[in-house]
Amino acid sequence: MPGLGLSLGYTLTYLSLLVLIPLGAMVWKSTGLSLTQFWEIATAPRALASYRLTVGASLLGALINAVFGFLVAWVLVRYQFVGRKLLDALVDLPFALPTAVSGIALTAVYAENGWIGSHLASLGIKSAFSPLGVTIALTFIGLPFVVRTVQPVLEDLDAEVEDAAASLGATRLQTFTHVIFPTVLPALLTGFALAFARALGEYGSVVFISGNMPMKTEITSLLIMTKLEQYDYLGATALGVVMLIASFGLLLVINLLQRWVALRGVAR
Amino acid sequence: MSSASGRARKEPAWVRLLLIGIAVAYLAVFLVAPIAAVFTQAFAKGLSAYLHSFADRTAYSAMLLTLLAVVISVPLNLIFGLAAAWAVTKFRFTGRSLLVTLIDLPISVSPVISGLVFVLLFGMQGLFGPWLSDHGIKVIFAVPGIILATLFVTFPYVARELIPLMETQGTEDEEAALSLGANGWQTFWRVTLPNIKWGLLYGAILTTARAVGEFGAVSVVSGHIRGKTNTIPLHIEILYNEYQFVAAFALSSLLVMVALLTLVVKSIVARRAQTQLGRLAPATVEE
Repeated sequence: MPGLGLSLGYTLTYLSLLVLIPLGAMVWKSTGLSLTQFWEIATAPRALASYRLTVGASLLGALINAVFGFLVAWVLVRYQFVGRKLLDALVDLPFALPTAVSGIALTAVYAENGWIGSHLASLGIKSAFSPLGVTIALTFIGLPFVVRTVQPVLEDLDAEVEDAAASLGATRLQTFTHVIFPTVLPALLTGFALAFARALGEYGSVVFISGNMPMKTEITSLLIMTKLEQYDYLGATALGVVMLIASFGLLLVINLLQRWVALRGVAR
Repeated sequence: MSSASGRARKEPAWVRLLLIGIAVAYLAVFLVAPIAAVFTQAFAKGLSAYLHSFADRTAYSAMLLTLLAVVISVPLNLIFGLAAAWAVTKFRFTGRSLLVTLIDLPISVSPVISGLVFVLLFGMQGLFGPWLSDHGIKVIFAVPGIILATLFVTFPYVARELIPLMETQGTEDEEAALSLGANGWQTFWRVTLPNIKWGLLYGAILTTARAVGEFGAVSVVSGHIRGKTNTIPLHIEILYNEYQFVAAFALSSLLVMVALLTLVVKSIVARRAQTQLGRLAPATVEE
């Protein structure tokens, strides 16, 4: 097969120029800080508060998506109903919609005078401009991941295995918990991890709905932005490196999970 | 599937209805309501106010800049995606899976970081900042910065579409062409490209959608200079923060339509790509 030199050479050059060197520059810039300085910035109270909110809301959003995304995938694969194709296509909307648009649209819906926000407000729940608002935005942007990773696995599920379980006397629920769920689990975990990873770095859809109060509703991406606007490049870089390490670690976990999914597919 | 086994795999009707109800409600709350809100707000003061939002000169220049970012980043990342997919799927070499992980990196990096890295390289306090300013070249807070940030965030999409597709297709078709005397380029143009055209198209569409909508990364590098370095999403932010809600949501409605169009094209392309895959490996297609 020809073209290894050309294609690999081009790939590595382009990857290095556009991605690796810029990211490396950030890591290099952070070496301008001593380890103590780096630690001080990375563990400042405002930074810690932003990690707590970012990680907490991302986890919660990913969890909500794991439950409902699984349910949506199940319904889309298993049942026939009017509008199924439309819903199926709509699932990808958070991928396709610009995050700033998602942000102001969600704010309009969940503000105190919004369609859903007004009902929540009458129950005494503040949705927009609170940590709940952050969670709502992060749930929105993570929505496609679980559905899209679980869906193909459900589609490929061997009907005979379920029939066998049923003919051996398993109830529908037993078949689900003992046969279907274990098969889908790797894909479900992958989807969860993808949604979580996406939520960790999210910026556009959150900044409008969160209200951006330091220590309360300020996500880490926004804190970096704030530091940049104050020309605190070293501070921004230190937090950027923390986030980069987190997302790179998650990426490796996701790759392992995906290999597990692929292995399952082969084993079947 | 026989009808008997079909019955064994069905839940009771009330369970089915309940699950469908929950799924529809979930998607309605999270997906339909926000879209509906965009259009309601955009038309809150009537059609003429809506249309008037587009007559603004700064809105127009924001559209032009967004278009420029798309026109540059789509072909560049398309060529990269083709090269990367060819290298990764047609050959086995050490570090191959690391390479795939690195290609995915821009997707998992926060958009704010995607912008930050270019500020650290080309900004006034950056590595090349002093040299650039001595030569009168502006990258950050200027159009080149926006293009670079857009290129960075849209970098993986074509490659990500093509790699799994070409992986499944294998190398047999290409090997046949080569053994019949075709050279490398001929094989690529006549054999590989027709095999992957739908995946390629979808990758290009995803890249376009991301390029049009990117917010965080371009926000960091743009400097928000009205009429000069504002893309459509940045312009929407300014309008929104100035309480010009009709204008902000009117421009947003334009992007919502682009997004919905992306979804329509996606479902068409996905079906075509399935048939294309299916033709090669009939066993993988259900029904």
